[in-house]
Amino acid sequence: MTVLSLSNVSKSFGGIRALSDVSLSVPEGRIVGVIGPNGAGKTTLFNVITGAYRAASGEVVLGGETITQWPSWRIMRSGVARTFQNIRLFASMTVWEHLLVAQPRQNALWRNALPVSWADAEARTRAEDALTFFGLEQYRDVIARTLPYGIQRKVEMARALTAKPKLLLLDEPVAGMNAEEAADLRTLFRRLNERGLSILLIEHDMPFVMTLCHQLYVLDFGALIAEGTPDEVRTNPLVLDAYLGTEAA
Amino acid sequence: MLLQQLVNGLTLGAVYTLVALSFSLVMGILSVLNIAIGELFMLGGFIGFAVIASNLPLPVALVFAMAGAAIASFIIQKVAYEPLRDAPLITPMLSTLGFSIILQNIVTNVWGSDPLQLPAELFDADFTVGPVRIGVMQVVVVGVTVVLVGAVAYLVQRTSAGRALRAIAENRDVARMLGVSVSRTTFLAFAISGLLAGAAGVLISLHYAAITPYIGVDIGLKAIAVMVIGGTTRVWGALLAGPLIGVAEVMTIAYGGSQIRDFIVYGLMILILLLRPQGLLGGARSDVGQRV
Amino acid sequence: MMSTYYAGLFADIGILFLGAMSVYIILATGQLSLGNAGFMGIGAYVASFLTVEMHLPLTAALVASALVAAVIGVIVGFPALRLKGIYLAIATLGFGEVVRSFLLNFDRMGGAGGFHGMKHVSLEYIWTWAGLIFLLIVMLERSRLWLEMRAVHDDETAANLVGLNTTMTKVGAFGSGAAVAAISGGLFAHHYVYIEPGNFGFERSIDFVLAVILGGSTVGAGAAVGAALLVLLPEWLRFLADWRLAAFGVLLVLVLLTRRQGILDRPLLDKLRFRRARS
Repeated sequence: MTVLSLSNVSKSFGGIRALSDVSLSVPEGRIVGVIGPNGAGKTTLFNVITGAYRAASGEVVLGGETITQWPSWRIMRSGVARTFQNIRLFASMTVWEHLLVAQPRQNALWRNALPVSWADAEARTRAEDALTFFGLEQYRDVIARTLPYGIQRKVEMARALTAKPKLLLLDEPVAGMNAEEAADLRTLFRRLNERGLSILLIEHDMPFVMTLCHQLYVLDFGALIAEGTPDEVRTNPLVLDAYLGTEAA
Repeated sequence: MLLQQLVNGLTLGAVYTLVALSFSLVMGILSVLNIAIGELFMLGGFIGFAVIASNLPLPVALVFAMAGAAIASFIIQKVAYEPLRDAPLITPMLSTLGFSIILQNIVTNVWGSDPLQLPAELFDADFTVGPVRIGVMQVVVVGVTVVLVGAVAYLVQRTSAGRALRAIAENRDVARMLGVSVSRTTFLAFAISGLLAGAAGVLISLHYAAITPYIGVDIGLKAIAVMVIGGTTRVWGALLAGPLIGVAEVMTIAYGGSQIRDFIVYGLMILILLLRPQGLLGGARSDVGQRV
Repeated sequence: MMSTYYAGLFADIGILFLGAMSVYIILATGQLSLGNAGFMGIGAYVASFLTVEMHLPLTAALVASALVAAVIGVIVGFPALRLKGIYLAIATLGFGEVVRSFLLNFDRMGGAGGFHGMKHVSLEYIWTWAGLIFLLIVMLERSRLWLEMRAVHDDETAANLVGLNTTMTKVGAFGSGAAVAAISGGLFAHHYVYIEPGNFGFERSIDFVLAVILGGSTVGAGAAVGAALLVLLPEWLRFLADWRLAAFGVLLVLVLLTRRQGILDRPLLDKLRFRRARS
């Protein structure tokens, strides 16, 4: 089963091709990584998947449905959740409120207008679970934006997970973190993956990607130049040349 | 008749142009809607009236009115704007509202709340061009407006202070990094804004030959519409939009009944905001407005 | 029994409180409306027409006028999506003026001469409505829907990307705000039993916004505090005679300078409530 697949997706900005003919797929229950040098089009790829940009051509299929033309909110309501490279938390909200805001709506729409404490025990349970899972209990009623960077990242991930996604998109999740924190996150992602969550991530941190992902795609100048298991990619001469080569230099 | 209305509309429009520029200097550059500008304008009118009533010549009245309004504008900048610069837009807007209440109260207490009439002999002089009677005062109103708009345009487009103003309007943070003094430029924007409002106040009291403490709100709102229609990015926008609205207003009063004029003015303003938010003469502008 | 003087003041507070809540709802999504007096005017005229000419009971007339205003609010809300910040505020200001000048020309309802014939309502009736709508807002503030509105207020793009339909949220807020403003208008008409277009001008819209910002724009109770202050302060300053408005202006500026978030905010409310420590 494929959770997400892109076929021949292209996108350009003012004549510059940010993505050309990109095809990739995320099989269910896998962790897939997209790597590539800066400006290779990784974030554009995420923006096309989440509907923030429209693909100029090609098709994005999510769980069997073509979502290429859907607005963002509809895509995100259909089983995708994402985190941002530069954390985007809501300025006025506490950690607890972040864990409620992105949850799937109740079927009876009017119930969403009632106080959460009366009308939505399920949402509260889910938020409590996320709080425990990420070890955020002590920050529950703190305005999230005032917390340290590493904690904010966790809040963002927790918010994404409360949306009950089938696919989680992570945009440079360990950027700005030290080795210990990164190792922490790796364990966390593995645990989530074991629960059945599929993950697509963009990352610069090579050791992190190599040890976490089942499968990798390499993007360079908006085009895919290689794909395979971490070991295959590591030894691919094209990749060494385009990416690892420049990184080492 | 038609030509006569055209001339009357142009005079009224000239005043709109000045007040619109006054709004647009503060809004275009600092993104703050200074509601007190309507009252600065009214204050200018009363100062001008007082000077003329004591038999001093018109240029003196203009100088006093402009200086008075500029000083009030400076106080508003220091007290109502500066401390709230990083607050949401709505907060400095309401503190300028506080000043407009204060100014209106002061003027009412000093000059009373009844309309004041200017001495009639001031307006006797006129000449006729074909079928059109043009008052000397109308020529003065339009002339002063053209000179002032020209001066502002020169200042904004050609001087280093003007470059600083435009740089801050474009992007405050980048401008600061490039060494533009934000506090000096802010002062300049408020000062010129006050000077223009003060002059416009004198001109409107010439146009109507009378003034009341309540004229600020009505003309102020109209001027906001003129600012939007002309666009906040170009000085010349207001020079086109002011007379356009002035003439449209006078024409609807003359031929269509006075009541629908506001409908037309604000309807046009909304259309411009929706279809051409940069204004009639504005250049391309990607980002329209920031968060409240 | 309350004196007529205070009854009048409390009626004014109730009506302004409703108007302030109408701005509060829209502002919760980050949209500033300077034209809610327009919706208020629509409510006042529709409700008065229904009670005077169609002999409908007042409550039914108010509900109907709220629905009419809500539809117009939604119609205004869609184009408003294209505008942000101060430009949106100016466009709504324009809307308010358009409504006012429409009413001036609407001879069927008296035009510039105004409209009368309404029956006076009791203070209790006004406050029943104000209390009811306040209660609804207090409930709403604890709901998921309100969190969605705050998300749109804080970061619209991010809200979209966590799966919130920001278009519906913003337009819905305009519709609901318009409905509440209309109720305020209907009650105004049946309190003063005479209305004219000038009652629903820019100053009224500004009063609504002022009440919200003074009282505190992050909690619904702020609208009540703001409305009470705005009505009572000029009364308390009467001893200053001719200078009371200037003193009011000075106080207004002082409050904004010292408490820009308004008198009430969440931390203060929590303190007042002696909230139980969560364990």
